[in-house]
Amino acid sequence: MTNAAPATANLHSPTGKLRSAWLQPLGLVGATLLLIMIIAALLAPWILPHEPNAQAFGRFLAPNATNWFGTDQLGRDIFSRVVHGARVSMPYALQLVVMAAVIGTIAGAIAGYFGGWIDGVIMRAADLVMAFPDIILAMAVVAALGPNLFNAVLAVVVVSWPIYARVVRSLILTLRDEPYVQSSRLLGASSGRALWKDIRPNVAGPVVVLAALEYGHAVLILSGLSFLGLGAQPPTAEWGSMVSEGAKYFDKWWMSAFPGLAILVVVLAANFLGDTLRDAFDPKSAKAFR
Amino acid sequence: MSEAPLVSIENLTISLPGNNGGRLFPVRDVSLSIGAGEIVGLAGESGSGKTITALSLLGLLPPGGRMSGHIRFGGQDLLTLRPREMADVRGRDIAMVFQDPMTALHPMLSIEKQLTEHLRHHRGIDARAARTRAIELLELVRIPDAARALKRYPHQFSGGMRQRIAIAIALCCEPQLLIADEPTTALDVTVQAGILRLLQQLRGELGLSVLLITHDMGVMSALSDRVVIMYAGRVVETGTRTDVLQHPRHPYTHSLLGALPHEQGDDMLLQPMRGTPPSIGALPPGCPFHPRCDWAEGRCRDIEPGLRVVEADRGIACVVDPLVGVPA
Amino acid sequence: MQQPVKRAWYALPSLVRFIIRRLAIGVLLCVGVTLVSFTLTQVVPGDPVAASLGDQASSDPETVAAFRQRFGLDKPLPEQYLIYVTNLAQGNFGESLQTRRPVADDLAKYMSATLELSLVAMTIAMLAGVALGIIAAVNRDRWPDQVIRVISLAGVSVPTFWLSLVCLYVFFFQLGWSPGVGRLSPGAAAPMNLTGLYTVDALLTGNWKTLGSALAHLALPAMVLAIYTIGAITRFTRAAMLDAFQQDYVRAARAKGMPERTVVMRHVLRPALASIITVSGMAFGRMLGGAVLVESVFSWPGLGEYAYRSALALDLRAIMGVSLVIAAVYILVNLLVDILYAVVDPRIRLS
Repeated sequence: MTNAAPATANLHSPTGKLRSAWLQPLGLVGATLLLIMIIAALLAPWILPHEPNAQAFGRFLAPNATNWFGTDQLGRDIFSRVVHGARVSMPYALQLVVMAAVIGTIAGAIAGYFGGWIDGVIMRAADLVMAFPDIILAMAVVAALGPNLFNAVLAVVVVSWPIYARVVRSLILTLRDEPYVQSSRLLGASSGRALWKDIRPNVAGPVVVLAALEYGHAVLILSGLSFLGLGAQPPTAEWGSMVSEGAKYFDKWWMSAFPGLAILVVVLAANFLGDTLRDAFDPKSAKAFR
Repeated sequence: MSEAPLVSIENLTISLPGNNGGRLFPVRDVSLSIGAGEIVGLAGESGSGKTITALSLLGLLPPGGRMSGHIRFGGQDLLTLRPREMADVRGRDIAMVFQDPMTALHPMLSIEKQLTEHLRHHRGIDARAARTRAIELLELVRIPDAARALKRYPHQFSGGMRQRIAIAIALCCEPQLLIADEPTTALDVTVQAGILRLLQQLRGELGLSVLLITHDMGVMSALSDRVVIMYAGRVVETGTRTDVLQHPRHPYTHSLLGALPHEQGDDMLLQPMRGTPPSIGALPPGCPFHPRCDWAEGRCRDIEPGLRVVEADRGIACVVDPLVGVPA
Repeated sequence: MQQPVKRAWYALPSLVRFIIRRLAIGVLLCVGVTLVSFTLTQVVPGDPVAASLGDQASSDPETVAAFRQRFGLDKPLPEQYLIYVTNLAQGNFGESLQTRRPVADDLAKYMSATLELSLVAMTIAMLAGVALGIIAAVNRDRWPDQVIRVISLAGVSVPTFWLSLVCLYVFFFQLGWSPGVGRLSPGAAAPMNLTGLYTVDALLTGNWKTLGSALAHLALPAMVLAIYTIGAITRFTRAAMLDAFQQDYVRAARAKGMPERTVVMRHVLRPALASIITVSGMAFGRMLGGAVLVESVFSWPGLGEYAYRSALALDLRAIMGVSLVIAAVYILVNLLVDILYAVVDPRIRLS
């Protein structure tokens, strides 16, 4: 094979190795970034030089050696506030995703497994909710319940569960007819048992991937609601409300820039990770070549 | 054969990127030729390399694939052509019909579009002339109501008709060679005969050469003039249809034909082959067939036999050659 | 159904029947939305009276009673609902508690602002997203693909409200390229009200100066609003194209000797476009939601702002009006998407 002529019509790219090799670093970067932020958030009270709510400094100081991100209108250190913001935004977003995933999965499982009118009702409810732009609906719910971060989480859960329900339902519909599920039912397993033992393992993976992909979106929408004043209330150091406060003092750019940057970094990292997870789990997208 | 063959594949070796960075060789040192107006059947099990050999004639290997050897056609070596030149050969001089007409025809383009686009590309004729030619072709493959069929879409036709349309598409630019990759496998048995008959008629009417790829020996015997048998990426036997199918000389061919249901006296016999074909990534040493061969000897493990010409127009790749004179 | 009606029905072209069926479903959905939003506003644990009148006025029983009577809040619920729906059918959305104007007028005014912003942003997003997605798919795993994937990932990760502020700061405050917030410069007169879309109205009336100003004000918010959707559409287009590339008919097209460019644009793009169109309906819905954040920063007098203020003030009629309008827009957009899909994919059209 010394003088192999290169094949004509060489379609896309060299080898599959390059593709998966590229994805790994990005996934690693995402995971590392997230880990850093989580650790920083957990250790914040001990490692931070300044208190987030202490009005200890001059007001409106630009970033300097003591106050890396500058200070706000009450003389509070923004760097500390931003790091503390991670203790607010990130866990609440996680809570949101978990709740939506659980509710959505249960709804989708019931709809998919039992079919009939239950399926119809659940799916029409899902369609109706999905028909609304999520922020607007969340706004309505928060307005009804009262503006605070927990209610914001509830509101977004109301808006987010349908996507899990849809995915789980279609998974269950394909799995329900699989031979191994049917044989287990024939052997006397009840519906619940079949659902739990045979179907659940196959559903868990895609749901986790979906949750990872949705986490970034959760952070974005929660901070968006806080930005509008419908989420976290002062003096809580939440990134969205910090951006909103900073907007009032437009020329003091550091007040809005850094909290928003924090949001961007977390969401980006979560999306990197989610993408990598999805490609790892989905055989179609990873190895396809012709 | 006094005249030069239409297509001559010489010592073709194809390599593909393997899963762990190495390379696989699904086709090794394959040589075969096709004469003008001849139907050559290329047979073998899945994984024998027959489809990828056919694709190499069109230069359509998967990404990362490489070829060495020669493919002589029309006075050129196709392996030396630049991509643009190869694209000119495709569809115009050599055309292909694929196995599943449902997926090979584009679901969203009209029949007229699919018939005329390459015709207009290769020949630069205008829409009206292309349309006339398209109708001509549909009539050639016996599609009723050709003018209305042009405006329809593939999903509106039955499987057999779709394959006829695919054949019409392949013949648009009057190619000299038609490659038919398992043209009847995806079709109902009742429809298969019609397609085979059509191919025969086209050979007669147009002087078309056909490379017929199949794993179905019945189809082979119905249609081919000459037969090429492949196993694990190599040619193991070639010859005329009568010779190979009635007097197989390679142990693999013998077992293959023996595995077909056949009568012996009052009984219907079915003698399956033992073992399974090797995967390209894990070939046995020496002759790839020897683990399953009833006549294997020690030396079969040491040498990978090349194709030997044993008579006029007859070749086998076996060092033992145990079946001289033995009928099937 | 009676025989003659049935015959007449099937005599219509399939596309028309398709549209009528979808419209009927749409109307039903709208009715569903009115029911849901009406019910939701009733379970709101707040007293709209108190929210509108303030503490002092609401402690006076007579004022409260007058207020309730004026806005029909003293009637039984089902009756309130029926009255509401009949009024709706006549185009009467009720009166807004905060602005004291007919909700229908408010909606018209604010909706056209949001519509203008969203339509421009959507157009930008579709053009840029599809183009980038095609480039990425064709160059799979080579550097253009890597770059585009990172860019699109960043696009869906950026907080819109923050980006609005950053862009405003950089392009208006520092560089002076953008004219700042609002639809027109302060003190400038709006063009004659034909469609409510300032750009279109200015164009139709030949008012070039206003057209220029409106476009300049539209540019920055539209771009910011488009960013998320560009990211989403790019990713989706890339995936849909890659999927289409795997199909047999692409290999068959190459086997015919068609040049790669034609294969991509005619054989690969078409089925991909079908799924892209479907997704863009949902993307537009999401964008309408995101518009709230952009409108807030750019002082764009749009539906988002209106919805937000109504939500805070518990202005029930207004909230219901907004919900209905948004749902109607969404349904209409999806109808459009379904029709486009039928145009692109003959299998749907001809079954």
